[in-house]
Amino acid sequence: MIGLIGKKVGMTQIFNEDGKVIPVTVIKAGPCKVVQKKIKEKDGYNAIQLGFEDMKENRATKPIFGHFKKFGLKPMKILEEIRIEDISKFKECDEIKVNIFSNSKYVNIQGISKGKGFMGVMKRWGFKGMPASHGTHRKHRHPGAIGQRTYPGRVFLGKKMGGKTGNEKITVKRLSVVGIDSEKDILLVKGSVPGSRGSALLIVSYEGK
Amino acid sequence: MLLDIRQTVENPRLRKNITPFRVGDTVRVSITVKERITEEERDKKKGSKEKITEREKTYPFQGIVIKRKGGGIRETFTVRKDSFGIGVERVFPLHSPIISEIKVLKKGNVRRAKLYYLRDGKKR
Repeated sequence: MIGLIGKKVGMTQIFNEDGKVIPVTVIKAGPCKVVQKKIKEKDGYNAIQLGFEDMKENRATKPIFGHFKKFGLKPMKILEEIRIEDISKFKECDEIKVNIFSNSKYVNIQGISKGKGFMGVMKRWGFKGMPASHGTHRKHRHPGAIGQRTYPGRVFLGKKMGGKTGNEKITVKRLSVVGIDSEKDILLVKGSVPGSRGSALLIVSYEGK
Repeated sequence: MLLDIRQTVENPRLRKNITPFRVGDTVRVSITVKERITEEERDKKKGSKEKITEREKTYPFQGIVIKRKGGGIRETFTVRKDSFGIGVERVFPLHSPIISEIKVLKKGNVRRAKLYYLRDGKKR
């Protein structure tokens, strides 16, 4: 298991050898620094903490500043932990770049999806709504019935209803790696990725076939 | 800044030697297609024992450019031709590697950006 923090740049398209168009997401991936190593004996689990993008030093609070100073680093904007069993390969202050994925066919990508605000049941859960015609009156986007009768006499917990949508952590698994440019720290991935342009992404190697 | 990064992905993939052409021009687009060689054909060529299953072939498509759409690597153009009385339109991505040549046969003289009126049938 390896990982990297990146930033969504946007989408475009490229051609493969057959001339077919592939939709790709451009990701500015890394370079990341290993900030801290978490050790099982001390922290209860093995992990590496990665930092991405330098922060202006005057913006760092004293605790953040101190945390980085402990490892001889400058404060960074984004910190993310990746659980790795074998952390002996990594040293603190190590730099990790996109080329760690040069042998990977697929990656998993985690990000925060775009916030949609308060959405109805059709957008949020994909309900079909009410019929467009046949006498439906001002209820075209409604959920319909939400319960039964006197028994149980209540709406079950977890009933799908309208509410705040988006702005949540989403993991997209098994995205194929289309291209890597380790000089410019660019990763090209087939398909879409959660979040808006410029939002932070956690790119993790895909385990399995 | 983010747009710049996307440009670095797109720009090297853009085709550089595009013959300038406009809507209304008559063009011949040559496209290379990889073709499967059938078993029969392979048997005919007994001499070569190479395992060739594909070969490249160029096909022309000739007609009038009726629209150009999009920009950058997304740009496409549509060519319309009259094939035995039936209108045939084909959309090509301008930067597609399968296009080997675009040859302008005749300059057009049109006053519209999209020549949709050609679809409305020729009354001769």
